[in-house]
Amino acid sequence: MPEQTLTPATETATSGRERPRVRLARLRDFALIPAIIAIAVVGQIVNPIFLQGDNLINILQTMSEISLLVLAQTIVLVAGKMDLSLESTFGLAPGVAAWLTVAAGSGAGLGLLPGAWSIPITLAVGVLIGAINALLIVRFGLNGFIVTLGMLIVLRGLLTGISGGQTFFNLPASMLYLGSALWLGVPASIWLCLLLFAGGVVLLGFTKYGRALYAIGGNVDAAKAAGIRTDRVLWTALVGAGVLAALGGLMMSGHLASVAAAQGDGAIFTVFAAAVIGGVGLNGGKGTVFGAFTGILLLYMIQNVLTLAGVPAQWIQALNGTIIIVALVLSRLTGGKVQD
Amino acid sequence: MADDQAATPLVEAVGVTKRYGETVALDRAGIRVMPGQTHALVGRNGAGKSTLVSILTGLQAPDEGEVRFGGEPAPRLADRDAWRQRVACVYQKSTIIPELTVAENLYLHRHDLNRLGLVRWGALRRKATELLAGWSVDVDVRLPAGELDVEQRQFVEITRALSFGARFIILDEPTAQLDAAAIARLFTRIRALQEQGVTFLFISHHLQEIYEICDTVTVFRDARHILTTTVADLPHAELVAAMAGEAAGLAEGPSRTAVTRGPGVVLDVRGLSYGDAYREIGFRIQTGEIVGLAGAAGSGRTELAETVAGLRAADSGTVEVAGRVPRPGSVPDALAAGVGFVPRDRHHQGFVPMMSIADNATMTVPDRLGEAGLISGRRRDRLARALIDNLAIKTPGPGLPVMGLSGGNQQKVVMARALASDPRLLVLITPTAGVDVKSKEFLLGKVEETAAGGTGVLIASDELDDLRLCDRLLVMFQGRVVAELAAGWHDHDVVAAMEGVRLDA
Repeated sequence: MPEQTLTPATETATSGRERPRVRLARLRDFALIPAIIAIAVVGQIVNPIFLQGDNLINILQTMSEISLLVLAQTIVLVAGKMDLSLESTFGLAPGVAAWLTVAAGSGAGLGLLPGAWSIPITLAVGVLIGAINALLIVRFGLNGFIVTLGMLIVLRGLLTGISGGQTFFNLPASMLYLGSALWLGVPASIWLCLLLFAGGVVLLGFTKYGRALYAIGGNVDAAKAAGIRTDRVLWTALVGAGVLAALGGLMMSGHLASVAAAQGDGAIFTVFAAAVIGGVGLNGGKGTVFGAFTGILLLYMIQNVLTLAGVPAQWIQALNGTIIIVALVLSRLTGGKVQD
Repeated sequence: MADDQAATPLVEAVGVTKRYGETVALDRAGIRVMPGQTHALVGRNGAGKSTLVSILTGLQAPDEGEVRFGGEPAPRLADRDAWRQRVACVYQKSTIIPELTVAENLYLHRHDLNRLGLVRWGALRRKATELLAGWSVDVDVRLPAGELDVEQRQFVEITRALSFGARFIILDEPTAQLDAAAIARLFTRIRALQEQGVTFLFISHHLQEIYEICDTVTVFRDARHILTTTVADLPHAELVAAMAGEAAGLAEGPSRTAVTRGPGVVLDVRGLSYGDAYREIGFRIQTGEIVGLAGAAGSGRTELAETVAGLRAADSGTVEVAGRVPRPGSVPDALAAGVGFVPRDRHHQGFVPMMSIADNATMTVPDRLGEAGLISGRRRDRLARALIDNLAIKTPGPGLPVMGLSGGNQQKVVMARALASDPRLLVLITPTAGVDVKSKEFLLGKVEETAAGGTGVLIASDELDDLRLCDRLLVMFQGRVVAELAAGWHDHDVVAAMEGVRLDA
């Protein structure tokens, strides 16, 4: 009842000039939906296979692993930081697990631990990398871009080092599970991806912790003044991002039944593109998890359409780059604000 | 106010000393604020006002002395909630988060949660709407806070402070970025809140405002408490004397008598129009003449001055500087034609905070610093030193980042940048905003000195002190020049014209 008595008051307090802006701000989240629908229509025209269940599952499966990096990056970006090293964590975390559990003799495996240890090891490596990032960025106040750029190179080098540049095969069964199992007829990695994104929407949109991330990214002094323990929030954000990247890497290894020394190499560009197209600001405090999801979904749908249209694989990368730039131009034209 | 002595002060700082290394920021200073008062705290930059504010708000502990709220000792520094219930400060620099909505800014980190620990957005918005309505603030809580103007933002911040239970609010130069109408609304609001039992500590460089809104005034100078008295008992000149430490007033009469006006025309504006901002403007400035462009914010005076300086291109009409028509909208061309420019907002357009005084002051004249596009550090520093001396900028050397200077000295750097090119025409927009009395006097004196050297000057402002030295005043209202006044005008004529009121009708 108070709701009803209050509504008219709100109406009068709002001047007519401000109303459309409120609406627009809300719609920003759904800005990519028309584009996604348009691509679906185009895809269907190009090739009737596009909207069939198998193909849709295929799209989601392909994007599920990298989408966890998008989720991780979104959390970090909203808090006003950046984590470039995610793509290397994506390779190194399952790489270390494979190195320790794959039986000696086959490739670079040491076979020191039983296969059941592989998942805990993967996640622990994610935690450790996140903690190192946080230590350098939060505790020592170093520039996040440069720190994680350094980490990206170091971690990639570590993976190349332990694997001798080779690919790990004969992974333990527990490592294969998440990338290969079907739950209710749909790959487990799709379920995980959707669940984690749903969790991300709730975390960032509806919890005190999530709102603290926005506050820190928007104005760190104001966040401190409001009683937010900004350092602690940033620590957990960076560690959480590391864990998500490790999990994504694990799903990828299970899917491919191997860990290549180059796993995740170059993925960070797609990750940033998806986040930015999805409306996540590079300067913090702006964007939503849902928006980021639509960003990565759009990129993978376009890629799928191009493949179905018979565009040679060699050209897809150039088209991808073009799409990213066109998407940014469009969002500048429609959003009106200068992106920085 | 005599019976106040018997009552317990709402806030009291006694014998407070604060040192930063060698410098003494506060030397056994104190203040007593009685409940329901609006208490002014004035002093020149460096007098210790900001240090006192940070001690009163619990951001820093005093080295000696103590702070009491309603007779009780102040809470521990770590107990932020206790401090927030007692005192809040609305700073010049915004403490809102622009990306979040007004509602969320009001209840940041104290969201309403449901049983699952999730934020109840509906309830939050309702509470925020009620809160704002309760203090009659008319702002849509769903707007991102970054879209509020300065005035709305201040009201939101004041309301947020009140929502914590604080009934003592420090306003740090709240009027610095507001136009006359908004200041009037702010004062109405302060009076209304005062009647509801809120006590204010009001910090301002505008002495007139203190006479208008405050009951009591405390003056600080050189880290010490100088006097506290009721505003009504303190004549203008004495207040300035207390701040300056000498009997030197700024306001008393125009000092400018002999106009060294030459025959040449340095600025000829003809039939200038720019969108909705201003229409059909025409005027001339002669060598050595100072012309004021008076007008409230939104009158078009800022846009007109920016057009002359080359920041904007007019839709129609011409700007001729010393016989030459610079390409409209081109700052380099305007510079080459001999325009020196002090922009509206020094933080925004006036300087690069991390760069040194030398780099900032010589930014307009790279050609004079070396050959073939190279810059000679020695030549730059020599020029910068001359400018520093000329403008009496207080700094250990030209290499210091502008960031580290006080507001008055920062504005002097901006002025130095405008003067570095030896302009034929100097365009100034609100040149003394947020600057202490002493620096203000100095900057305006420097303008006169420049004009005496044959430079024409255009000052766009709504600050009467800035306009007092003008030989001629053009008053703008809603994009048109509505009055032209010769030197010796009365304040009320100008104010009336700026507000669009006709006194003689």
